[in-house]
Amino acid sequence: MIDIQRAGLLTTVQDLGRPRQREFGVASGGALDPLACAVANRLVGNDLNAAALEITMGTCVMRFTSATLVALTGADCHADLDGTPVWSWWRFPVARGQTLTLRPSRFGMRTYLAVAGGIDVPETLGSRSTDLSAAFGGFEGRALRDADRVAIGHPSAAARNAEALGVRPPLWLSDPLAHRVRVLPGPEYDDFTAATHKSFWENPWQVTPNSNRMGYRLSGPEPLTRKKNRLHDLLSHGVLPGVIQVPPSGQPIILLADAQTTGGYPKIGVVISADLWRLGQARLGSTLYFSECTPAEAREALREQLRYLDQIERALAWHDRGILHSPKIPAVTRQRA
Amino acid sequence: MTTLKILPLGDSALVCEAGTSSTSATLATQRRVWHVAALARDWPDVREVVPGMNNLTLLFDPLATDIEVLGARLRDAWQTQPAAGEIGRDIEIPVHYGGKHGPDLADVAKHAHLQPKTVVQRHTAPEYIVYFLGFQPGFAYLGGLDDSIAAPRRAEPRLSVPAGSVGIGGNQTGIYPLNSPGGWQIIGHATSALFDPAANPPALLAPGDRVRFTIASLDL
Repeated sequence: MIDIQRAGLLTTVQDLGRPRQREFGVASGGALDPLACAVANRLVGNDLNAAALEITMGTCVMRFTSATLVALTGADCHADLDGTPVWSWWRFPVARGQTLTLRPSRFGMRTYLAVAGGIDVPETLGSRSTDLSAAFGGFEGRALRDADRVAIGHPSAAARNAEALGVRPPLWLSDPLAHRVRVLPGPEYDDFTAATHKSFWENPWQVTPNSNRMGYRLSGPEPLTRKKNRLHDLLSHGVLPGVIQVPPSGQPIILLADAQTTGGYPKIGVVISADLWRLGQARLGSTLYFSECTPAEAREALREQLRYLDQIERALAWHDRGILHSPKIPAVTRQRA
Repeated sequence: MTTLKILPLGDSALVCEAGTSSTSATLATQRRVWHVAALARDWPDVREVVPGMNNLTLLFDPLATDIEVLGARLRDAWQTQPAAGEIGRDIEIPVHYGGKHGPDLADVAKHAHLQPKTVVQRHTAPEYIVYFLGFQPGFAYLGGLDDSIAAPRRAEPRLSVPAGSVGIGGNQTGIYPLNSPGGWQIIGHATSALFDPAANPPALLAPGDRVRFTIASLDL
């Protein structure tokens, strides 16, 4: 069990999302930084799609009622285990009764905590992710609260004996307050004016406080405008995470994992799959820049991401077989840089 | 046969739009969308099939899919004949119209240059067809709204619309199954539960169902 002493701003149970439920109008859901979530699970020997905790902006305190193996990835929350610093993108053993404390991150928005055996909540419609707006899945269909007790699954034998070990994080952000994401022009791109095209690619877009796991509402220097205003909007059509839609206000909205499955607003662009995790790490108030890319570049970026996951997979496999034996320095004893 | 426009939607999906107009839907075209969706559901590189209003979105694995080949397969599927005959059930949904249940009824009436009561009469008159589910769990897009009571979406979507709200958005009408943000004009409130994640299937309505709204109460 994990005793949640302080749940923090928004802590939810997430896996990699809910497959094949869109025909019932059910969002894909899942971790907003799926890359960090998958790596956390791999570090503790779980299936990549096991359920983990997604912790928003840190400030979370939890006590473990049994010994286990834990990994933290995503935004670095300066965590400590009973007062000893633990690193992000590392796994580390936790003894029964120890307390893990996460503080606000300096940059990045979401931290993932995976435990060996996974977070043990029932599967609903093919996933353990929390659907906050529909209030089902995850832990009682809601965000965790202070004093919740979260069950964890049984760790594998290998996980029980594993030592602390870190992995290289994906290429992190050079500027913590400005994120650049790659975008493919959307189906209605040509409906917008030339001035709007220029504005879209060149201007900074601020993530407004009026944003959540469904989408980021952006505010920019000038509204995005279409060549001719239609009497009604488009006929409703399928949408997915990464779609940048433009409501009549002209201020774009980027859809995220919890977004609706269909919408009626024109789509000026779509953030490429490989950059969705970067979006997931953009904070409220931070700035987004859009870079135009080609379908071939989008595929190459995805391949690069798979290579990164594959490298981790291989290094961990070699490590577990004793082929690649890192100096046995438990993360918990390392000094923070 | 209507034309078919196939456009990429990011790197992992494509949208195929049927018909010549982007603002009016036909039932004949929608039957073809159901037919192609049923075929595409079994294609190996297709991850998800999302029927829309006279359009269809396919989600696929970008590293395993040749978008040209998938597009060609879609065009072929579009040419095949859908099975004849009606699918779906008849479902009646009682609605509390106007007042606190329908805060935008007056706006819709004003836009339509009609009395609110006439809007309600025209909303309860037709037999609606469930075109597809989307937008949120169990939400049904219904075909058959009387064009005279069509109304544009709100300029700025509401942050929270209560579950059961019956709304009009463009020339579509529907019921919000959950409390959620929403941009439609709310004219009433239905008490039927539209979504239950523990049920199989989780949604009350399914594509092809025929829906009739009845007046549970009227507050003008």
